Amino acid sequence: MTTAEKLEGGLDTQQVISKEIAAIQAASPAAEPQPRLDFAPYRSSLLRHPTKDLRQADPEGAELVAPVFGQSDVDPLEADLTIQSGGEPIGERIVVTGRLVDGDGRPVRRQLVEIWHANAAGRYIHLRDQHPAPIDPNFTGTGRCLTDDEGVYSFTTIKPGPYPWHNHRNAWRPAHIHFSLFGTDFTQRMITQMYFPADPLFALDPIYQSITDPRVRERLVATYDHDLSQHDRLLGYRWDIVLTGAHATWTEPEGDDRA
Amino acid sequence: MPDLVPDLAPTPGQTIGPFFHYALPYAGDCQLVDPGAPGSIRLHGHVYDGHGVGLPDALLEIRQADPAGRVPTVEGSLHRDGRFTGWGRCSTDRLGHYWFRTVEPGPTRDGGAPFFAVTVFARGLLNRLFTRIYLPVDDATLAADPLLSGLDDDSRTRLVATREDDGSLRLDLHLQGPQETPFLTYPRHRG
Repeated sequence: MTTAEKLEGGLDTQQVISKEIAAIQAASPAAEPQPRLDFAPYRSSLLRHPTKDLRQADPEGAELVAPVFGQSDVDPLEADLTIQSGGEPIGERIVVTGRLVDGDGRPVRRQLVEIWHANAAGRYIHLRDQHPAPIDPNFTGTGRCLTDDEGVYSFTTIKPGPYPWHNHRNAWRPAHIHFSLFGTDFTQRMITQMYFPADPLFALDPIYQSITDPRVRERLVATYDHDLSQHDRLLGYRWDIVLTGAHATWTEPEGDDRA
Repeated sequence: MPDLVPDLAPTPGQTIGPFFHYALPYAGDCQLVDPGAPGSIRLHGHVYDGHGVGLPDALLEIRQADPAGRVPTVEGSLHRDGRFTGWGRCSTDRLGHYWFRTVEPGPTRDGGAPFFAVTVFARGLLNRLFTRIYLPVDDATLAADPLLSGLDDDSRTRLVATREDDGSLRLDLHLQGPQETPFLTYPRHRG
């Protein structure tokens, strides 16, 4: 690396990061279903990824049963992030809805979905967020709901803004909503991020690009759905979520010779 | 009824990021049982990076059977109200320490080795990791466990908690490095 590529503060340029991303992706097999854990362009991952292969385990006991949540856990009002304080939060009001299914297409019913995201100016209510964008006193950016009997979740909120971070010089995260998801068995537990269509920051973002196949990472992008938009009220986005398969009804494939 | 999701390929994960603390933790999240509950123990340890530095921004969740080996399917983890749900959540402190107050799980099958199922999330970790924390039961039971029996001695010890003088169970998790924790994948993660 030349000194010209490293700028003040020891941070690499976007050009350096983008070059690293391109090199890893060019060497990656197609259709890797999950992000790379070892993905150096996301600098925080350097010391935080396992270097050994994951061990294959046959799930048993508690791994076969997801935790159960219900109406005693979640108030239906928690699904509306625009009514949590005295007044309306600033921003573009939206609804985000979709269906949560398992790897066999079965709806995940009455299960907990948790979300959190930045406000319209790209600021989180978090002490570690020192981005000098305004805090919105009417917006906490957290929500919960239970899926319904068809596996459908729905949140009313405002569209989050992009925000800067210190992965590299002039690094900006595309606008996103964090989603925390449970299935019907514990092995389906996941946390991910939902993005908005056609974000110009996608190509530059090492977290999004850690999913090396474009068709796979596009599964994280919601679609604008005019049928969900409401007259004089809000814009609608649809994002369906597919978990890995449940094991409780799974039987080992015939001829499987794993010890 | 809405159409089925046409593409059943799984939605990929992403990092939990640094800003989950005001969203996911909640009062009593790591206390599966009340203080002083019969059989109550502390399960604790640190989460370390590849340089042995504790992660101040990791989140652990455990799922477990009750002492009789039954996995609870009652709601109420967010407002426990005395119910044992067999699930809890803990965000690490500034030094990377985690702790749960819970009861020891029993074996869920005859002769099985009891364990806590664990998921790990952290800033800098691009997807969740699964592992197990086994109870330090007798060697024969541990040796007969299908997962542990396939590991070398070093790896096996990294999945078995140690008993401390006050009865606590302790296991440190290492995301990387010479003491790296064995992390797990399950058949349906591959399709």
